Amino acid sequence: MDMKTLYLIVPLAPLFGAIVAGLFGRWIGRTGAHVVTIAGVAVSFVASVLVFRDVLAGHTFNGTVYAWMTVGGLNLEVGFLIDSLTTMMMLVVTFVSLMVHVYTIGYMQDDPGYQRFFSYISLFTFSMLMLVMSNNFLQLFFGWEAVGLVSYLLIGFWYTKESAIYANLKAFLVNRVGDFGFILGIGLVLAHFGSLDYATVFAKAPSLAGETITLWPDTAWSLMTVIGLLLFVGAMGKSAQFPLHVWLPDSMEGPTPISALIHAATMVTAGIFMVARMSPLYELSDVALSTIMVIGAITALFMGLLGIVQNDIKRVVAYSTLSQLGYMTVALGASAYSVAVFHLMTHAFFKALLFLAAGSVIIAMHHNQDIRYMGGLKKYMPITWITSLVGSLALIGTPFLSGFYSKETIIEAAKLSHLPGSGFAYAAVLAGVFVTAFYSFRMYFLVFHGKERFHQGHAHGNEPDAHHGHGSTPHETPWVITGPLLALALPSLAIGYMTIEPMLFGEFFGKAIYVADRHPVMHELNQEFHGPFAMGLHAVMTWPFWLAAAGVGLAAFFYLKRPDIPAALARRFQFLYRLLVNKYWFDELYSWLFARGARVLGTGLWRGGDQGVIDGLVVNGSARLVERVSRLTRVLQSGYIYHYAFAMLTGVFALVTWWFVRLN
Amino acid sequence: MFGQEILSLVIWVPIVAGIAVLATGSDRNAPLARMLALVGALLGFIVAIPLATGFDTATAAMQFVEKKSWIPAFNVHYHLGVDGISMPLILLNSFTTLLVVIAGWQVIQDKVAQYMAAFLVMSGLINGAFAALDGILFYVFFEGMLIPLYLIVGVWGGPNRVYAAFKFFLYTLLGSLLMLVSLLYLYYQSGGSFDIQTWHRTTLGMTAQTFIFLSFLLAFGVKVPMWPVHTWLPDAHVEAPTGGSVVLAAITLKVGAYGFLRFMLPIVPDAAHELAWLVITLSLVAIAYIGLVALVQADMKKLIAYSSIAHMGFVTLGFFMFNPLGWEGGLVQMISHGFVSAALFLCIGVMYDRLHSRQIKDYGGLANRMPVFAALFMLFAMANAGLPATSGFVGEFMIIMAAAKVNFWFAFVAATSLITGAAYTLWMYKRVVFGPVGNPQVEAMKDLTAREFLLLGVLALAVLGMGLYPKPFTDVMHASVVELLAHVAQSKLP
Repeated sequence: MDMKTLYLIVPLAPLFGAIVAGLFGRWIGRTGAHVVTIAGVAVSFVASVLVFRDVLAGHTFNGTVYAWMTVGGLNLEVGFLIDSLTTMMMLVVTFVSLMVHVYTIGYMQDDPGYQRFFSYISLFTFSMLMLVMSNNFLQLFFGWEAVGLVSYLLIGFWYTKESAIYANLKAFLVNRVGDFGFILGIGLVLAHFGSLDYATVFAKAPSLAGETITLWPDTAWSLMTVIGLLLFVGAMGKSAQFPLHVWLPDSMEGPTPISALIHAATMVTAGIFMVARMSPLYELSDVALSTIMVIGAITALFMGLLGIVQNDIKRVVAYSTLSQLGYMTVALGASAYSVAVFHLMTHAFFKALLFLAAGSVIIAMHHNQDIRYMGGLKKYMPITWITSLVGSLALIGTPFLSGFYSKETIIEAAKLSHLPGSGFAYAAVLAGVFVTAFYSFRMYFLVFHGKERFHQGHAHGNEPDAHHGHGSTPHETPWVITGPLLALALPSLAIGYMTIEPMLFGEFFGKAIYVADRHPVMHELNQEFHGPFAMGLHAVMTWPFWLAAAGVGLAAFFYLKRPDIPAALARRFQFLYRLLVNKYWFDELYSWLFARGARVLGTGLWRGGDQGVIDGLVVNGSARLVERVSRLTRVLQSGYIYHYAFAMLTGVFALVTWWFVRLN
Repeated sequence: MFGQEILSLVIWVPIVAGIAVLATGSDRNAPLARMLALVGALLGFIVAIPLATGFDTATAAMQFVEKKSWIPAFNVHYHLGVDGISMPLILLNSFTTLLVVIAGWQVIQDKVAQYMAAFLVMSGLINGAFAALDGILFYVFFEGMLIPLYLIVGVWGGPNRVYAAFKFFLYTLLGSLLMLVSLLYLYYQSGGSFDIQTWHRTTLGMTAQTFIFLSFLLAFGVKVPMWPVHTWLPDAHVEAPTGGSVVLAAITLKVGAYGFLRFMLPIVPDAAHELAWLVITLSLVAIAYIGLVALVQADMKKLIAYSSIAHMGFVTLGFFMFNPLGWEGGLVQMISHGFVSAALFLCIGVMYDRLHSRQIKDYGGLANRMPVFAALFMLFAMANAGLPATSGFVGEFMIIMAAAKVNFWFAFVAATSLITGAAYTLWMYKRVVFGPVGNPQVEAMKDLTAREFLLLGVLALAVLGMGLYPKPFTDVMHASVVELLAHVAQSKLP
């Protein structure tokens, strides 16, 4: 089998599963649906491994699958670019997707939409693979919107739940705001490069580095800056960067498996992947890179802070995801693209793990998601407990675990960067370490340690089956759930240690990522690096280690020893507490300004413009005018002989008078 | 057998079939009328197929040409022919006629023969307008198609149908009378010819060009419809029966846009370049303004009607970018809008037939009772919002790309439709389809019948097919578009 067929199998196998489960779900039944979709994703995973080995052997590919359209000498195609960056993403996507598929068997077992769910997550896998495997902007946009669609369908999976269908509309629209910028960026690329093909565009980029465009009279903008910023607006939508972050926490209304797959491990990292893929463009604009770094830093710190006050187990993890995406974005801004992608990978494993573990807890708690009504679950759910601990430790950057290597390098990169804003970024990511450790272990202690509070919980679960089973002791979930947890715990432990050297300082990414010589961050990082083991040992002498330790310690003290202190603090610093609980009031602002504003404007234009001016004045107005004129003239046509005779006589009289006057 | 007269067949088969249907008389013979109408529509579609299969994509010249003298005294000819611009529209029209005949199968129980006949006759007349190469012949078809449509709205429409029908009729008549004056002027200027291709070569001074431009703009702009002469459309849609809305949205609007390419741009290219700013401004207003107006509609048909205006704004915007991406994008958008708007009006029809309301607030939670319908409706809603892999994306994408080439801010305003289009379509979808079952009537609603499933399923395939592989559509257009663009680029000033 030639490689091109193999490339095709990777996305098409999940698509096949999605179509079969989606259209014929009624006939093939539940088992049929999960067998066909899991088989599809498994085939895709195996094919990805084979492709990965082939790329490691030095074979890359850039070619067309079919011509979508040719117009005016422009070829728009569907095609694949297979290089190290692509294969890494393919492995992450197919592996996490496979785990989530298996997990879903357990998590969704009672759900009437079982087949539909499997169809959606396989469709998602297909879309995400098309996105990462693309060799051109058009297909990138295709995948970009397709993952957005599936995200929309899955957030609103429980479509009778008002909060879910609100959240999915919100997610789609906020993402569309990002896509608005994204498509304009693509438009400028086409207008100035004359092509949407990556290779052509990247090859031409250096020659256009000095190009300026006039967007406003008498102003010259660097073309690369404008393109970079517009494309990044797309990334802000998809990767939920401030100020387009508002949709991600609400997306937790969707079932937990997709929170892990879509809203933590894969789709939300598409923006990060995109910027890394576009490194030949971004390297040409320091303004764009600076902006990216500052946006990332704001997201990393301020979204992390929100995680501290959340009581919904999934929302804590969601804010953590926002914050970690901010870390990746900071790395992009520092020209450390490979580091961003490296964190993307390690994060995919430990965050998927944390979400799936949270789902396991949610099942045991009969769909009560409030961590205030948990506690002491360690002894009832040993596998969930130990894997959660692994995930949390990886997340906060415990030396030798996967998250440590990626996060530590990001902090170092921010420190080494010289772009404007890097000082702020460094401070933010450093402070973020403490915040991350604090909210992660606040949740961990509240869920797994301390007093058992689950019998106090009242039945305010989100899902319809929340009523049964209260009062019984929680127990460990079945193997289809714990299996994926264990399978994800392994890479969360070890993947960083194993891959940091080739991915960041070796030849792995090679030509897939381009860094200009003006941005020496990666080079300097390389000089500081003396192997993963030394890096782990060295950590105890750095700030992040002690900040993380302080975060864990404080969380333990607050939530195990003195739970009265956080409550007292919340009362004491009311404003600060309300600021965090209300998420800085962004939702209120946006819904007032945009949702309500658009409706007010629309009503004004409709009532005032269409009905008032156009129909009222012009259309019906001219009809009325015609009517008035004809009413006047109608008076003259009365049909009475004496009226006409009178008019005639008056006329004759006037004529005769005029004649006489003229004669005299 | 009729090798040389395919276009005549495409025009006259539906009209003759329509007259035959009319001959069945009163509603006692309704089953016969339906059957005859179906056969007629099917035949009308079948005779159009050779246009596609026998079409030579390599040439920009007119194909399947027929030319016979009609009124020798005024040099008027029965002159027909198609190129890559008109051929797809004829197929779209013949296809849509088949859909509306099937759609009206059970719904229409009153004056069945007359209803079906009106659609068949209209189909033939519209094909005539797309195929005519003689100015007077075009004018006859162009005006003639108004009559059946006027009757469809006025006879089978809703409570306010008379107002809507009058508004529609007067609006469109106003524009076309001015156009007639222009056609007569062109007759004299061209030395006594009504041949459209001769007019393309007739030199004209700037003043004359400007007046002709404005008369065409009014005549075709009303049909498109462009802002601010659009207010007849929402009223006409709301009052029209489902089939009327489908034809109105899918086909009639396209006749206006077609007029831009066949008449205005090639006949008065200098004025068109000079006054491009006007059309571009109106198109952008249509996209941005109408998008917001659509958002606040409480009536689903009105919402989709407004959405049509915004989508047609893309077409006119694309045409005045004067580049291949813009023109082909506009043409693709016309065909795609034909599929998507037809499908959406059929969807609303499906709901209306069950609940007899078009108000969004009367629905809610349809997904619980009609899952198959909900899935198809979702596909069409997404196509309306311009999601990639649906046909709705292709044209919009091409036009935004074309606009970005000309001026960043044109693209900027046009791209706002990404947000507004998604907002009004999906917000409506959410309130109608998602949520708990809204009321007892919704509870009683049944999922699609086989007939409805067939209609929407065929359209779903068309929407997806065109979204995934638009190349066959644009390949047909290339030669004609390239030639016409080159023609429009040359000055015709004396």
